Amino acid sequence: MSVDTTLPVLTPDDFASDQDVRWCPGCGDYSILKQMKVALAAIGVPREQTVFVSGIGCSSRFPYYMNTYGIHSIHGRAPAVATGLKVSRPELSVWVITGDGDALSIGGNHLMHAIRRNLDINIILFNNRIYGLTKGQYSPTSVLGQVTKSTPMGVVDNPLSPLSVAIGCEATFVARSVDVYAKHLVDTLQRAAAHKGTSFVEVYQNCSVFNDGAWDYATDKSSKSDTVLELTHGKPLIFGANKDKGIRLNGTLPEVVTLGQGVREDDLLFHDAHTPEPTLAYLLSRMRQPDFPEPIGVFRDVQAPCYEDGIARQIDDARQARGPGDLQRLFASGETWTVE
Amino acid sequence: MATTTGPSKSVVELSSATVRFCGDSGDGMQLAGSQMTLTSALVGNDVATFPDFPAEIRAPRGKKFGVSGFQIHFASKDIYTPGDQVDALVAMNPAALVTNLTDLVPGGVLIVNADEFNKNNLRLAECATNPLEDNSLANYQLFSVDMTRLTRAAVEDLGLGVKESDRCRNFFAMGLVFWLYDRPLEPTLRYIDDKFGKKPAIAEANRRALTAGYNYGETTDAFVSQYRVEKAKLPAGKYKNITGNQATAYGLLAAANRSGCELFFAGYPITPASDILHELSRHKNFGVRTFQAEDEIAAVTSLIGAAYGGAMAVTASSGPGIALKAEGAALAVMTELPLIIINVQRGGPSTGLPTKTEQADLLQAMFGRNGECPLAILAPRSPADCFEIVQEAWEIAVNFMTPVMVLSDGYLANGSEPWRIPDVSTLSKIAVEHPPGPQNGSLFYPYLRNEKLARPWAIPGTPGLMHRIGGIEKQDKTGSISYDPKNHQHMVDTRANKIAGIAQHLPLQTVDGPERGRLLVLSWGGTYGACQTAVRDALERGLSVAHCHLRYLNPLPRNLGEILRSYDRVLVPELNRGQLRLLVRSEFLVDCQGLNKVQGKPFTVKELSRQIDQMLG
Repeated sequence: MSVDTTLPVLTPDDFASDQDVRWCPGCGDYSILKQMKVALAAIGVPREQTVFVSGIGCSSRFPYYMNTYGIHSIHGRAPAVATGLKVSRPELSVWVITGDGDALSIGGNHLMHAIRRNLDINIILFNNRIYGLTKGQYSPTSVLGQVTKSTPMGVVDNPLSPLSVAIGCEATFVARSVDVYAKHLVDTLQRAAAHKGTSFVEVYQNCSVFNDGAWDYATDKSSKSDTVLELTHGKPLIFGANKDKGIRLNGTLPEVVTLGQGVREDDLLFHDAHTPEPTLAYLLSRMRQPDFPEPIGVFRDVQAPCYEDGIARQIDDARQARGPGDLQRLFASGETWTVE
Repeated sequence: MATTTGPSKSVVELSSATVRFCGDSGDGMQLAGSQMTLTSALVGNDVATFPDFPAEIRAPRGKKFGVSGFQIHFASKDIYTPGDQVDALVAMNPAALVTNLTDLVPGGVLIVNADEFNKNNLRLAECATNPLEDNSLANYQLFSVDMTRLTRAAVEDLGLGVKESDRCRNFFAMGLVFWLYDRPLEPTLRYIDDKFGKKPAIAEANRRALTAGYNYGETTDAFVSQYRVEKAKLPAGKYKNITGNQATAYGLLAAANRSGCELFFAGYPITPASDILHELSRHKNFGVRTFQAEDEIAAVTSLIGAAYGGAMAVTASSGPGIALKAEGAALAVMTELPLIIINVQRGGPSTGLPTKTEQADLLQAMFGRNGECPLAILAPRSPADCFEIVQEAWEIAVNFMTPVMVLSDGYLANGSEPWRIPDVSTLSKIAVEHPPGPQNGSLFYPYLRNEKLARPWAIPGTPGLMHRIGGIEKQDKTGSISYDPKNHQHMVDTRANKIAGIAQHLPLQTVDGPERGRLLVLSWGGTYGACQTAVRDALERGLSVAHCHLRYLNPLPRNLGEILRSYDRVLVPELNRGQLRLLVRSEFLVDCQGLNKVQGKPFTVKELSRQIDQMLG
């Protein structure tokens, strides 16, 4: 007798739900949705083992469009919802879909704690630097001076860097990609899924209605080789159309240098995604346009214990030490007396 | 009252007694009270307790607001309250004396630590003269005992510092009270061994202080009689003394066991609910997953994830925390997931009186969420009832796919009473169904309803049942997003009808007393004991009164209207400004009179009796 143990091969289309996708024409979310389906088909986790959890915002409609299990929750709370799910069902593949407002404003606290606990979940933050669903107010990543509906005289709050926040919480996997970098995004999502622990991925995402072109410098073919630097573990930080520019450390500060002219590849900063110390990843997360090219790819990828495993282990340890829970024995513990 | 003569002193038989220990927070009064409770329970008395302490962990010593007290009522008959008045008061300093004296019965036993009645402490307690000397205590049996000096003498050769020696004074006080009420020392000696086993000098000092206090009562001429309270006639069985919070934790473990669900408990520390988290955290071998969340919002929203995954998801908090949980509770109502939210009510609003009791969150539970957002609400009536009520809550939650709110309170949570330990093998199963995969290729409808209007609890990992839930209005049956006006009306009505329909599955409401008459006392939650005692007392005095106590607050019992109309008048005593009264009036158009108290304290029986008498006068 032979048993077929091979998993059914899924295609990206198998992950599409029967719901109409209702994002604005030109929204970057379409591409992310598409690349997610491609990535999941390649990863091969069954649909029924996969759960998407989101908060509130345009991006948070994502679960409805996936033929997996899903929870579209409330503003900012998706990491907490995912925590309860992952702790009680560690075998599930849990994805948090969130936006810059959802994750960093109203949900900042939950995001911070999910990351520091290092649950084995994947948090994908769509960053369009604006509140889209509520029609155009500034977000925690909006740039200084940006004029929006709620800031007619310009934004005066300093923007947050999502990756700096995540690395500050010592996230064990941190990466960045761009909505229209199809192949790069699929690859990044796959690597996030492969990571055991919280993976935090920022995706630059265009809002065609309220903040169109916010990432033009990263997507424009004519400029992107100078404004974006692709990180590769073990390789020097080189960028530019002719691959002739690099990042060098000057003391503790990065500086842009041109190769040749007395600067050799070996003088450049080399990327190390696996160093336990988050300092390098943090430094990279601080590199911003227009002074520096903005890194994409995996900033940090290290191993650390996961929260849900810790909880499960304590249950195992308690059972080893005291045996499985016995209600009768528990109830009769301590001082008791008998009435005849 | 019978008087017998013991070996050295006379023994007075009593049917019940109430004792209160009070002193600075940090003086060990809660410990003294709980040991007295345990010992009284072990000798077979019925007991009820009322711990009362300030919100400050260590309030400045000697000040009136820093006084911590523990009251215990023990009896040879059934009792339902920790007692209105105190028969014996132990005051460890002047502040404790002046803040508690009004509760001591005239002629009652008053034991004070005379060493603490010095100039400084009298000043801190705002005493113009020394009450031990100014004849103001003439109406009491005053026993002025040099507890500090006697305790130091008892432990002097153990090499302890003055501070450590003085810390044993509560054991001296306990020993004295144990002698006074003829209680054995063994349980407390066992406790000392257990607790201080690793610190032999401290253990020995506490043993000696306890014994010294006991011997002091036995030998000194000051005390001429001892009191004895015989065993109560409780139903046969094995008992232990239990607080409301401990009973809640046990009940949750039992509910998980009966339903075969994994218990996931998330909480954020808050008085007086934290002990539920503490208790459950100690029992990981039951498979309990406890999660100390980053805030109240995370605690309740983590339940959504856990419940979606098929766990028995529970959180506990108190008023201010419940306010933060409102949006998560509303999401649970909208997603129709079973979970339990326990509110151990305390004095409000806002931070209010963190360590004091109140019943003022009923309307918050009913209406404190946006939109039409009904959920089931239950309230335990006594510490031991917390064990039952959370199991009932879970049964309702899984049967109807709804969050259930349980309204405990600080008085029940910290108070204790004897609990008859159930035979676990006789506990019935709570049926929980997770649909298997689709049958015969049929489509799965995540919002298809059964006869109870509950939707199926399909869980991730089941092939073919992939579905999405969320806070946006769902189309009936399919669960797709829907903004259709008629569908919204239908779904709002359906969710309301589902909760209302729970009443069909609840037991009919009963009354204690005649089925019709002049007055009905309608109560809910933790005021049960005081109301029950007052009504039974009034019945004994021949008054036409009955007691109706609600454990189910939403929906209300289906025969409640009929009951209310069977009496000329209805009295609704509540530790709020009339919240149940508001609901009952609007629901049944029956006039009710309130007896309302918001002082951070439970009702006394006397307050209720006075009101009953006045209404029937």
